[in-house]
Amino acid sequence: MNARLETALPDALDAPAVPTPASVVPHAAPRRGRWRGAARQLLRDPVTLISALVLLAIVAAALFAPWLAPADPYKASMIRRLLPIGSPEHLLGTDELGRDLLTRLMYGGRLSLLMGVLPVALAFFIGTAIGLVAGYAGGWLNMAIMRTLDVFYAFPSVLLAVAIAGALGPGMSNSLIALTLVFVPQVVRVAESVTTQVRRLDYIDAARLSGAGALSIIRVHVLGNVLGPVFVYATGLVSVSMILASGLSFLGLGVKPPQAEWGLMLNTLRSAIYVNPWVAALPGVMIFATSMGFNLLADGVRSATDVRQ
Amino acid sequence: MFAYLLKRLLYTLPIALGVTLVSFTLVYLAPGDPLNAIAPADAPADVIEALKVTYGLDRPMPVRYALWLGRALHGDLGASIATGRSVASEVMSAARNTLALAAVAAFVGVGVGCVLGALAGYRAGGWIDRVATAISVVGVSVPHYWLGLVLTIVFSVHLGWLPAMGAGGSGGWAWNLDQLRFLVLPAATLCVIPMGIITRTVRALVADTVNREFVVALRARGLSHAAVFRHVAKNAAPTVLAVAGLQIGYLMGGSILVETVFAWPGTGSLLNTAIFQRDIPLLQGIILVLCLFFVALNLLVDIAQPLMDPRIRRT
Repeated sequence: MNARLETALPDALDAPAVPTPASVVPHAAPRRGRWRGAARQLLRDPVTLISALVLLAIVAAALFAPWLAPADPYKASMIRRLLPIGSPEHLLGTDELGRDLLTRLMYGGRLSLLMGVLPVALAFFIGTAIGLVAGYAGGWLNMAIMRTLDVFYAFPSVLLAVAIAGALGPGMSNSLIALTLVFVPQVVRVAESVTTQVRRLDYIDAARLSGAGALSIIRVHVLGNVLGPVFVYATGLVSVSMILASGLSFLGLGVKPPQAEWGLMLNTLRSAIYVNPWVAALPGVMIFATSMGFNLLADGVRSATDVRQ
Repeated sequence: MFAYLLKRLLYTLPIALGVTLVSFTLVYLAPGDPLNAIAPADAPADVIEALKVTYGLDRPMPVRYALWLGRALHGDLGASIATGRSVASEVMSAARNTLALAAVAAFVGVGVGCVLGALAGYRAGGWIDRVATAISVVGVSVPHYWLGLVLTIVFSVHLGWLPAMGAGGSGGWAWNLDQLRFLVLPAATLCVIPMGIITRTVRALVADTVNREFVVALRARGLSHAAVFRHVAKNAAPTVLAVAGLQIGYLMGGSILVETVFAWPGTGSLLNTAIFQRDIPLLQGIILVLCLFFVALNLLVDIAQPLMDPRIRRT
């Protein structure tokens, strides 16, 4: 909707809610050195490194939950309900059904992380494909695709996610669909704008003149230039996706009980804030820490791959 | 300028039409009969038929859309299936409450964000910059429904200073001190989202602008700090306006979760009710009103921007 806005914004800021495609200086072919240099720079950045380590710990705890967790995530106990943090046997207390909270938090990370990454990954593939087609084809096809997506852009993302998930009905796969649909238009915008920039370059004309077909031009000459900026944009979406997914579960539209998921746990523990408030707040701490980790990591990746530096 | 305005206006019409189409069809994505909400499972077939006719469900989809759109243009969004009340008046009274909440949150969030971002961008690399950057990262990372819960725990459960839920009084919104107490926690929660993003935007813009040659030239001419800053602010304003406009729109639609936490009687709570009661006319009405508000806001930003920045008019 705001084509001008995108060009007016400096590349450095890329708040997920605002579409600002990183305008790259396209290379004739993606150079290996750029990514290696970016990796070296990432390792020198302490904030990024620490957030990467924290994330790694959270991912590991979720991944290896069956081996690491101290208890059974579904084993309830009527006499052990809402124990405080630091109870013997229950390090982080118990939830409203007497289940061990540390265990639930570890297991909960599995679905929460999955719902952060999976919609973004799906939107990355679908959106890049649509954006490449729209950007490379140009003309009426571009018009048709981009104007259609403008309609979805006219929906605030939380509203769109809740509306789609609400229409489809509660459930994890439905909220997965809803979130993917929320992110696809955003990714398409970035991919389309970079593709349009690249398409105008001389070497694309040269390739076409030497007889290369559209598909091989896209594959060989365009894709490498588009994937980088779209990837950087998509990394910024992961935390948004996680917060939204947990938000859907919090509303009762996502994962269903008794499954462990941070947003759902926050929802079911809400009634306990008068009994044991800090236990009730814990699942949110996990969402917060993880999404902050993803955001800081995305910032690090963005500044490390910024070719202007 | 007139041509530009006309172009923006014409461009908004198909978007608005698209929004009505999506709002109407979205709710039919789900399998199942919309009449399940009111008709008992063992209702006889002729009763079901009569209900279908009453709600116009016996006609094909395009006809239903056209009829719905025609009535919507006259401000009639039909009647709620669950309560039988007029959707338009239900949505409007809820929207008033949400608007009060979103306006306060936007005002605080955008205001604080602008000040913080400008200070940080002006002294990029300094301690204010670090604090502002930290605040903006926290602002965009924090799950606001959780923040609302934590604020409730601290200020309602522990300290007992502020009410935890509702909007007080008659349930509707009114501007008086007693009701204002109910607004504090939800608004404080909601304002964090625009604050983080605006801080980030303003910081990047200001930091980018102060390094430009014209700013160096202004300094060389001996202009005071305040005078130089005015030039920087003028350059940053149109973009900040655009981002702030989007954020206010997001607040209207995004307050669903915060409203649920605080039981605020706004569009978010209404939407939640409509979803779980599968109240299709109500659902369509809320989505439509919120989106049209967002579209109108975008149009407003598009109109205000060239008024502030003549460079945009030429494009």
